[in-house]
Amino acid sequence: MNRERLWRLARHSGTRLLGGALVLWVTATLAFFGLKLVPGDPALSILGTGNPTAETIAAFNHEYGLDEPLAVQYALYFERLLRGDLGMSYAQHSAVAGIVAGQVGATFQLTLSALLTAWVIVLAWTLLTAGRRGWWSGLGSGVETVAAALPPFWLAILLLAIFAFGLHLFPPAGSDGLRTLILPSLALALPLAGFIGQVTRESLEITLEQPFVLTARTRGVGDWAVRWRHALRHSVLPGLSLSGWAIGALISGDVVVELIFSRKGLGRQLVQAVQVRDLPLTIGITLVVAIGFVLANWLVDLIYNLVDPRLGRNIQ
Amino acid sequence: MSDASLRIPGRAVRWSALLAASFLVFLLLAAVLPRLFTANDPLASVPEAAFHAPGWEYWFGTDQSGRDIFSRVIYGVRQSLTIGLLAVALAMSIALPLGLAAGLTGGWLARGIGWVIEVLFAFPAMVLALLFVAIFGGGIGPLIIATGLGTSPGYARMVRGQVLSVRNSGYIEAARALGHPPSRIIRRQLLPNAMRPLVVVATMGIGQTVVWSSALSFLGLGAKPPAPEWGTMLSVGQDFIANAWWLTFFPGLFIVLTTLSTTVVGRFLQRRLEGRV
Repeated sequence: MNRERLWRLARHSGTRLLGGALVLWVTATLAFFGLKLVPGDPALSILGTGNPTAETIAAFNHEYGLDEPLAVQYALYFERLLRGDLGMSYAQHSAVAGIVAGQVGATFQLTLSALLTAWVIVLAWTLLTAGRRGWWSGLGSGVETVAAALPPFWLAILLLAIFAFGLHLFPPAGSDGLRTLILPSLALALPLAGFIGQVTRESLEITLEQPFVLTARTRGVGDWAVRWRHALRHSVLPGLSLSGWAIGALISGDVVVELIFSRKGLGRQLVQAVQVRDLPLTIGITLVVAIGFVLANWLVDLIYNLVDPRLGRNIQ
Repeated sequence: MSDASLRIPGRAVRWSALLAASFLVFLLLAAVLPRLFTANDPLASVPEAAFHAPGWEYWFGTDQSGRDIFSRVIYGVRQSLTIGLLAVALAMSIALPLGLAAGLTGGWLARGIGWVIEVLFAFPAMVLALLFVAIFGGGIGPLIIATGLGTSPGYARMVRGQVLSVRNSGYIEAARALGHPPSRIIRRQLLPNAMRPLVVVATMGIGQTVVWSSALSFLGLGAKPPAPEWGTMLSVGQDFIANAWWLTFFPGLFIVLTTLSTTVVGRFLQRRLEGRV
């Protein structure tokens, strides 16, 4: 890799990272004003129902800067965020940052494992069925269309009913060990594989009609080798470019799947926070998800640019 | 799109589109006149008939209070479709101005809006919707707004893409060369051509929003039990999956069939627009 390309790549990644920071700023600002829109006194919500005196409330408001003008509160809010202070949870009476730190690992694990599972399914299925004659191809795309229409929460319930309660192959709940990870990953991965598979199939079928594939075939390369060694690398790019969207969709799915499988994680914590309208925790989790999302996208973009050298030329 | 999808036999495409369209007609009828398909009250509980397995008497079985699941699923169509249609309408009314602004204007503003759309498109919509519900509370109204807001970036992205591709097409260039004023070109050529594919997208979108809103109801943030709403039924039935699978199977099946039908019909319309069927 020459120095010019490296420099271009660095500049491109820098802009992306700056953009990501902007997203975080917008999300945090929206959250701040959202919090201001909520009716009710935050002091009462946090201090609880123990009938706090007027002095306690005043002291609390002073401590959190709630008696300052809005602009000062906004500045204080960002100063706290930058220090990693996400506030106190109304419902759990402990620091949001601590709660989030305890849950983030489980969600990361599930998201990553679902993404990998989805890609394994996509590669196996499209390599097997794409570009075949007759009903194989129809079957291939038909299965993908159905898979893409499956909502993860229903799939999760079906998998639970069949494999956990029916066949007793997997534990129905929990988040310890590989065996508890398989069903939730599948519930998230199958619909995603349906979407990515449709894109990858189309791209693989176009690739299989390219001159270089014909050249390989006339050299006597077998069908499997053509698919595996020559066509595949070209056909995964459109699917890979969907990764940013895929990560977003997976995080959306995490929320319900974690709940159904009673797994530890940010998603389940988020739903519980929303159900009791614990706003600091809701906003804290949203911000942490936003950070993870921005970083994941930045990383995917970087990898994509490393994999496909052509992109180096027309960046920006 | 490519000629790859052409290889699927035209007959299969037409048959699946016909099948999907008939299911959508069935849903529309069920939404308007649920009595046409079932005589049972979706809310009437018959405690002695609880947990009846699917059979001749109760096609989809009964739930923990002996309510007829088939009739509950049929009565649930109206709510699901209403939420779906309203949410798509809301999403489109947010997406159109944003997408048009990003596609029609140039320079700094267009790049900025385009970038915001790109980011929001991929941002986990469920998290945004939950944040919205946390601030404004649950219920059907906020559910529609949250679903509409959450899905609008996807449409905005498509509107922008459509406008950009039509804008750079030969007939717009021809109209410009003929000296037509920009406002006339936008009104007479650009908008009609850019908007037509959106009908297709909206059709597919209804299925997606049904999934979204039922997911939020499933989380207990939309319709409250015992309302005959698909997501709510799934959420309640979840407690009984170990011995009564039909409580969750049939409402979920209807969600899947609805999404699948709108997707298949939408794709068929898309092919028709592109003159490929």
